Amino acid sequence: MSEAELAHEHHHAHHFASANDEFEACKQGMWVFLVTEVLMIGGLFVAYGIFRGLYPEMFHEAHKMLNWKMGATNTVVLILSSLTMVLGVTATQRGRRTQAMGYLLVTLLLASCFLVVKYFEYTHKIHDGLLPGGFFTNAELKEVPKVSLFFSLYFVMTGIHGLHVIIGMGLIAWILKRTANREFSPHYYTPVEMVGFYWHFVDLVWIYLFPLLYLVG
Amino acid sequence: MATHAEAHAGLNYLNHTRGLKSWLTTLDHKRIGLMYLYSVLVFFLLGGIFALLIRLELFSPGQTIMSATTYNKVFTYHGAIMVFMVIIPAIPAALGNFLLPILVGAKDVAFPRLNLASYYVFMAGALFAATSLFVNQVDTGWTFYTPYSIRTSTSVILVLTGAFIMGFSSILTGLNFIVTIHKLRAPGLSWSRLPLFCWALYATSIIQVLATPVLAITLLLLIAERVLKIGIFDPAIGGDPILFQHFFWFYSHPAVYIMILPAMGVISEVIPVFSRKPIFGYKAIAYSSFGIALIAFIVWGHHMFVSGQSELANFVFSLLTMFVAVPTGIKVFSWVGTMYRGKLRFQAPMLYAMGFLELFTVGGLTGVFLATLSVNVHLTDTYFVIAHFHYTMVGGAIMGFMAGLHYWFPKIFGRMYSEKAAKWGFGLVITGFNVTFFPQFILGSQGMPRRYWDYLPEFTWLNRLSTFGSWILATGLFFSAYYLIKGAISGKEASANPWEALTLEWQTPSPPPHDNFAETPVVTTWLYEYRDQEPVVSA
Repeated sequence: MSEAELAHEHHHAHHFASANDEFEACKQGMWVFLVTEVLMIGGLFVAYGIFRGLYPEMFHEAHKMLNWKMGATNTVVLILSSLTMVLGVTATQRGRRTQAMGYLLVTLLLASCFLVVKYFEYTHKIHDGLLPGGFFTNAELKEVPKVSLFFSLYFVMTGIHGLHVIIGMGLIAWILKRTANREFSPHYYTPVEMVGFYWHFVDLVWIYLFPLLYLVG
Repeated sequence: MATHAEAHAGLNYLNHTRGLKSWLTTLDHKRIGLMYLYSVLVFFLLGGIFALLIRLELFSPGQTIMSATTYNKVFTYHGAIMVFMVIIPAIPAALGNFLLPILVGAKDVAFPRLNLASYYVFMAGALFAATSLFVNQVDTGWTFYTPYSIRTSTSVILVLTGAFIMGFSSILTGLNFIVTIHKLRAPGLSWSRLPLFCWALYATSIIQVLATPVLAITLLLLIAERVLKIGIFDPAIGGDPILFQHFFWFYSHPAVYIMILPAMGVISEVIPVFSRKPIFGYKAIAYSSFGIALIAFIVWGHHMFVSGQSELANFVFSLLTMFVAVPTGIKVFSWVGTMYRGKLRFQAPMLYAMGFLELFTVGGLTGVFLATLSVNVHLTDTYFVIAHFHYTMVGGAIMGFMAGLHYWFPKIFGRMYSEKAAKWGFGLVITGFNVTFFPQFILGSQGMPRRYWDYLPEFTWLNRLSTFGSWILATGLFFSAYYLIKGAISGKEASANPWEALTLEWQTPSPPPHDNFAETPVVTTWLYEYRDQEPVVSA
């Protein structure tokens, strides 16, 4: 069956006047959802700003324990994944199914790559006792007052971001499977575009996290 | 059309499919609204029982029926249940879900599956919170202030998780409503013709979407505080407990407008219908909802005047708080202006709307007292504050909910309740409410602190009066439950438009068919054109 024929198979939900209305509604809904995400993550940035304002020297000392090279690698990885994601969306819109699958697969691989780097970073921190608040045991930094707060923020912020990456990977895998099942066409690609929105948002958060945590100096 | 056939066959949203499964998996906004309604009413009963226990304990000084520790738990659950599980979802999730799509002439909300999901998310959150009742009941107060909430051995995490999950439901409902209002309005239903209840729900949704995520992160950080000892709110590690208060009130102050704005929307619908006059100041009422929503976000610091925040912050928050009175005043005067020289019909919905006007005005004005710094220092954490917010939350939100429930009852159930019983019920509710809470203004101004299990002997008679009031209020509410249930089961059948109203929900049968309308309605006029005590366009 050709993809043009498949396009006619997508029936918009009965309460929408047309498929385009449905698409516009989904897009608006997704934007509103991303606003809620910004507000949620925003709370963390506020906490970061307040404690950095209170203890600037401590932040400076503590950030030296983060490996900026790994952070930078992950930044490049995520930006690349944003590129492949948008290429995947465009390929879907143009009906190039195989190409789209390739791009989505690369996006998924880059996301896994991000998590692997993150895994090494975390294990290293845990090994050195650079842990949040009450669990902090690192001897080197013990003399710096309130230093454990930095690692509380580090783990909570990157942890919540990491969770978003994992959810994003699930979503990408889901649209990949649906693409493989020939469910999308130039006439219907709403889920692909929405997952794309979400993925760019996840990248964007990291683009703020990287300088704030790794490059404080 | 199928719906035509359905209507002829006497089929409606209640009976077009049958069986428990057809309800539990329904995507119909009307059924989901009804499921919310039943759930909220059960939680209202639970929260109400806790309220009665509080009042019973305070019947006499010293121990009356429970220990001080138990008392702490009882007021915590009363507050948490009433806020998160009753007042926040009562009007938007129950009545709003049922009515919003019909009011805009749509077949459903924009995302029906998300709508059902948000119901289950809500129930999952409620389940977490309820589980804590059987494990190790929380005693922090509904505000979860740090550092006590970090130290207490009670099951704070369960309740926090519950509130966190319920927050998602609130966000998803808000998101759904915003998109529905933007994208699914019937032909001809321009923004300037949109019913005021929809405007109110829109403003509410904006607050839900913008404020709730901040609560989410706050509760998440508090959970992390207990599990990972992150110390952000813990002064022992260098954290800041006041930051928790800032975060908490950044959500929880706007949240009181999540509770009151929908009630104001209901009042805006009821008053013109029962005054037989066009609503006065339509645009002013619509925009003032947004005025309230906007100011809602910049006044949170008035909960923290004695927390040690800077003098300047106190001054600014005090000033901004007083600005809330402006859009609120615009609404109240517009409603009174609508009633002026109208042909008033004193039926149950109108009685509750007028009850709202009386109680909410008292609640709102005492809010201005509390916004005044010098007065606030004296009244902070006294019963004056309790009386103030019960006049707004019960006198405002619950009265609005009752007005809406009575107004739309015939539409929802297709039957009428007994008008005579409803009048008695209203009399009991309004008397009971005032007898319960008015004495608390006096107690508070005399210095009786809130959340105390004991009090000085000279406060006894006012406390007893308040407790007597709580019994009258409870009797009124139980009586209302009785005649409403009786009406829903065996009341006389309601016509499509028993109140002779003009908005779209009354232009379709009671109860509405599965698809709401036989044909998509086309709106050609403003929907508040009541002239010479008669509607210009008849149903």
